[in-house]
Amino acid sequence: MYRYDQFDQRVVDERVEQFRDQVERRMRGEITEAEFKPLRLMNGLYLQLHAYMLRIGIPYGMLSSKQLRKLAHISRKYDRGYGHFTTRQCLQLNWPKLEETPDLLAELAEVEMHAIQTSGNSIRNVTADQYGGVTADEIEDSRIYAEIIRQWSTLHPEFSFLPRKFKIAVTASTIDRTAVKFHDIGIILAKNEDGETGFEILVGGGMGRTPMIGQTIRKFLPKQHLLSYMEAIFRIYNLMGRRDNIYKARIKILVYELGIDELQKLVEDEWNEIKDGPLGLPAAEIARIEEYFKPPAYEVIEPDAQTLAVHKFESPDFAHWSKVNVVAHKQPGYAIVNLSLKPTGRPTGDVTADQMDAIADLADQYSLGELRTTHDQNLVFADVKEGDLFELWRDLDGLDLATPNLKLIGDVICCPGLDYCALANARSIPVSQRITRRFADLKRQFDIGELRLKISGCINACGHHHAGNIGILGVDRKGEEYYQITLGGSGDENAAIGDVVGPAFSSEDVVDAVEAIVETYIEKRKPGEIFLETYRRIGQEPFKTRLYPEKTDAAA
Amino acid sequence: MPLLKDGKLIDDPWTHLPDEVAIPASGPVIVGLKRWREERDVLLKRKDPVGVRLQSDHVAGDVADDLDSLGVVALAFPVYRDGRAYTNARRLRERHGFKGEIRAIGNVLRDQYLFMQRCGFDALEVKEGETEEDWEKATNAFSDFYQPASDGIETVIQQRHR
Repeated sequence: MYRYDQFDQRVVDERVEQFRDQVERRMRGEITEAEFKPLRLMNGLYLQLHAYMLRIGIPYGMLSSKQLRKLAHISRKYDRGYGHFTTRQCLQLNWPKLEETPDLLAELAEVEMHAIQTSGNSIRNVTADQYGGVTADEIEDSRIYAEIIRQWSTLHPEFSFLPRKFKIAVTASTIDRTAVKFHDIGIILAKNEDGETGFEILVGGGMGRTPMIGQTIRKFLPKQHLLSYMEAIFRIYNLMGRRDNIYKARIKILVYELGIDELQKLVEDEWNEIKDGPLGLPAAEIARIEEYFKPPAYEVIEPDAQTLAVHKFESPDFAHWSKVNVVAHKQPGYAIVNLSLKPTGRPTGDVTADQMDAIADLADQYSLGELRTTHDQNLVFADVKEGDLFELWRDLDGLDLATPNLKLIGDVICCPGLDYCALANARSIPVSQRITRRFADLKRQFDIGELRLKISGCINACGHHHAGNIGILGVDRKGEEYYQITLGGSGDENAAIGDVVGPAFSSEDVVDAVEAIVETYIEKRKPGEIFLETYRRIGQEPFKTRLYPEKTDAAA
Repeated sequence: MPLLKDGKLIDDPWTHLPDEVAIPASGPVIVGLKRWREERDVLLKRKDPVGVRLQSDHVAGDVADDLDSLGVVALAFPVYRDGRAYTNARRLRERHGFKGEIRAIGNVLRDQYLFMQRCGFDALEVKEGETEEDWEKATNAFSDFYQPASDGIETVIQQRHR
């Protein structure tokens, strides 16, 4: 993985000292909370319902075991001994003390980490495919370009006060694991007719109260122009994005209001002015960063299907886990292992400090000392020898990290909701807990098959409900928590926004409603069909009929 | 309003002329864009220099053809989080080659001095009580920069591959 050089390290160290000075000015009362707010928001520090919340950036989800141990230490020393992995591959701490955050950040800097631009109207933590470098279905390793963007976007003098926050995802695969089409800018590695690698650039995707799917603004962008093209998009957005209404300030609204063709013309005109300037990306810099992501020295492993088969035969649980949570690696003899952070009935994405330490040890033992966080709020060991899978599974199982539910109904994406968040209208964690308990039978989950359930506690959609096959949105109805259900959303390469199925359900009824939806699908599905395929084939009516019988009767 | 010019607190030689106030016979004045457009000839006939104030919804192109006549372009930050002036400043310097003063006015915070300087601002109307040391500290907070900007500082990529 990427390692800081002297420049990267100095930027982060100096940022810590700058923030320390800002916090001290606040503690001395030299600046008011109102004046301090923009400063802390430039550094991932939110004021939530009960306490400050610090969001630590994990660029494109890459972590070393050393970094994870540091996160464990930090969550013990400065917080309450746990952290929460987010849908943008970051880690949130829910209880830091303001006066201690500079020391916390200084400790992070020791392991080449920071919280720069994890909040505020700036370019946020750049995300990428968690299988980068190890999956056979990619053109190139997306992390190379995510790192280049991380550096360029860090403390950008012109684009640190954009109309609104700005999220970039990079993927190089035909199978999208990053929700690339729901990002302000989506970057997809692509080849042109001459076989050269470059980028397809999408713009204007997003969730929130106006969900939009990103549109292509450039079919093919040569590599050396990546940063100048970014800068052109940002410049047009910075000048023209709406600043009169926070809900209309994201670039998706500019795309919607101007139309993609008009925006493209403005961006291309701007780009033509700057593309031959100092933003050109030297091949030597791409090569320098590429070097950090070159494949490790994999061992040549004699295939030993038999031992694995014996383990699977002797342990059906291991066999089941292998089928669900283990994914093919491009290197023969190796496997990609997903660690589920969704054990039944537990808050999605939460990990204790002790688990973090144990995961770091396992990463050292089984996966070359590295791991990745995922957009789905899980973790990945990317380089596990097939021969180690059984041992690893036993260790993970002992840590409650081996729930075989990847992409199944138990693999819920869920925001912190009203238990923590100052914006939320309703609690989301308890709903996800009750749903996963209802579907606790893992065999049943497997039989139901791929079904992405996503829960947000308010319209800001941090739980990605719009992109859920089943989406649940918490709303406040006269002081009571209600839950609106959408169906048919998808956050992958066939991105779609879910359709509202009907009136919202009470907290008491929402779990039954999810079960009714699942039962309807089971009844209607054709062999081999996943939920989304059935939904797309039969539409919403059968689900509506089941969910709102009285209404349907009355209408008939 | 104290003026920080190239890091030094100085007496502001310029007067901001509100739109409703008559143009004085002498003295450097900064006027709004509308007035500049309407009374350009009157303003240029005076022997003292003239500057233009741009609001954040104006763009650099609004004065691009006039830059030879202008001593100052003042760019407004109605609120610190309105970042349009950063782009306007860079375009004035890098695209239109403006060599005069680019001044930040409005909600100018010391924690943003560095970004402003990098984008081509060389003068800031600051809060009462701000010091040259504050400027010094803010603009020296970082030694290295990833992005090319109006200050022409060698980027990290350039340093790596020189």
